[in-house]
Amino acid sequence: MIAVAVNSLSVRAGEKRLIDGISFDAPQGQTIALVGPNGAGKSTLLRALAGELAFGEGTILLKGRAIHDWPSHELARHRAVLSQNITVTFPFTVAEIVKMGAGGRMGRDIDTMADAALADVDLNGFRDRIIGTLSGGEQQRVHFARVMVQLACGEQAHGPGILLLDEPTASLDLRHQLDLVAAAKKAASGGTTVIAIVHDLNLAALMADRVIVMGRGRIAADGRPSVTINEQIIGKVFGVSDAINRIPPDSQPFVLPHLAQKI
Amino acid sequence: MSDTAASEPTAGAQHNKLRALAKGPLLFPALIVLLIAVAVIAAAVGAAGIPVERLPAALGLTGYLQAHFTTPGDAALLDRDRLVLWSVRLPRIAIAGMIGALLAASGAIMQGLFRNPLADPALVGVSSGGALAAAAIIVTGDRFAASAGIALPFAALPAAAFVGSLVTTWVLQAIATRRKNTSIAIFLLGGLAIAALANAGIGLLVFIADDRQLRDVTFWLLGSLGGATWDKVALIAPFVVVLFVCIPFIARGLDLLVLGEAEAFHMGVEVERVKRTSIVLISAMTGAAVAFAGVIGFVGIVVPHLLRLAIGPGHGRLLPASACLGAILLLVADTAARTLAAPAEIPIGVLTAIVGAPFFLVLLLRQRGLVGL
Repeated sequence: MIAVAVNSLSVRAGEKRLIDGISFDAPQGQTIALVGPNGAGKSTLLRALAGELAFGEGTILLKGRAIHDWPSHELARHRAVLSQNITVTFPFTVAEIVKMGAGGRMGRDIDTMADAALADVDLNGFRDRIIGTLSGGEQQRVHFARVMVQLACGEQAHGPGILLLDEPTASLDLRHQLDLVAAAKKAASGGTTVIAIVHDLNLAALMADRVIVMGRGRIAADGRPSVTINEQIIGKVFGVSDAINRIPPDSQPFVLPHLAQKI
Repeated sequence: MSDTAASEPTAGAQHNKLRALAKGPLLFPALIVLLIAVAVIAAAVGAAGIPVERLPAALGLTGYLQAHFTTPGDAALLDRDRLVLWSVRLPRIAIAGMIGALLAASGAIMQGLFRNPLADPALVGVSSGGALAAAAIIVTGDRFAASAGIALPFAALPAAAFVGSLVTTWVLQAIATRRKNTSIAIFLLGGLAIAALANAGIGLLVFIADDRQLRDVTFWLLGSLGGATWDKVALIAPFVVVLFVCIPFIARGLDLLVLGEAEAFHMGVEVERVKRTSIVLISAMTGAAVAFAGVIGFVGIVVPHLLRLAIGPGHGRLLPASACLGAILLLVADTAARTLAAPAEIPIGVLTAIVGAPFFLVLLLRQRGLVGL
């Protein structure tokens, strides 16, 4: 089953084409990493998939229904989004933020769900802390837990959903990056379709079944990580050479920035 | 870094204990008991005092209460008490309570809408916009009405204050919002500019006003709850009802808006609907408050701030609690305003600013760590 179908999507800002005729299908349960240089259109694509953007050309079907035909409260039960750099001005506690994901539902099962989500991001003892007193990485993990609660609530009622992540590992330390990758993989194994912007190519290869490499608003390569992360594509899109080694036994690509040369 | 880490657990634990207490089911009963107590005191004190033991009789409570708790006064005294209570004090208590509720709730809603604990309709010029419109009606309305040969309707002033507040909020929103994102800095600075502009307009109107108009305009600018009547009570009451009806529809939206407009949308909030409802509500409530009591500042900023520290920032409880505490505080302020310098009255807007501004500063200094901007 196709969870997300993008067909000839173009997004413009004035004269500039941020997204230039992109098409791809995301089957249910697949984990897709969007990679590419700054300004390639990854965030714009993710915002379009989230339903935030008006776009002139092309279509996005989410579970077979055009993205803008979904009322926002229904859409929220089928797809969850983790944005970057969320600041919370008011003194909400960590638990209050995480439970916001439950869409207004309350009760013991939501408490349990929130506690489990906090445990998954290694924030067990933090539930009564004011979110503003946490570090940037800890706050990011709180928001990931909130998004996972939203996803879980939606999936209870409507089956596997769609999880959109914008650089979910950006401010996380190594250990919590691995936690997050594990959480995303666990969700995908349960049928969730995961689409994530990832800057670290090695992490993208570790996390995703499929890597879509974007450059200048188009798809430069699309396929399994071992196929899409290669010298030719990375050279063309990022403008660097000699960055990739292959790790046996299955010759997974491994990017070593200190070996890379600017082209 | 190390000493913040060391001092945080104790401060946090204390804070949480307080919050746990205030978060319990007793909050609203406690607020309502406090409101009634304050109302009884407000009813008893004033230029013509009515001792508490004579209150039940004056209120018209008979039977058990009267037999057990009141000393039989002479009939003339009872008549005087009744007159003072029913035609002066009770409508004034009702109006003070309702205006306090509207001011505090509109402050809380505006702060939620703009994700900014410093937003307040009085601070960012929404009240000034309403006052400008009211002043314009006071100074020029009579002339227009006279030349048209009609009497100015009673509702013209409140209607003008409402429209003035609405237009000001809308302009502010338009200035501060770009590509669906509301800039907090632009919003505050724009609000200051709008307030300055409205105040300049008011200054101009003061300049061309005659003596009687000048007195009326001054009333709007300094704030007063004098001249309360049951007619006015009946006009303000619907706003309070509308507020409480709307709270369940906007509370969750305002909570999620704290994360940002895009995030609120991701979580299923119809952002534009919440914003529109909130703006109309803020304008209507501020407009009503300005129309009947003039510009009264700091209630909208101090009350929600205090409550956020005590019961947390969730709007489902914050908004009704703000309304209750706003009613209590403005009732206290008004009672002080009319008794401290009796028989003269201190303008209540002056009083709330004298008490509210330093209080707010102290609050800011003590809670600097918790108030992220």
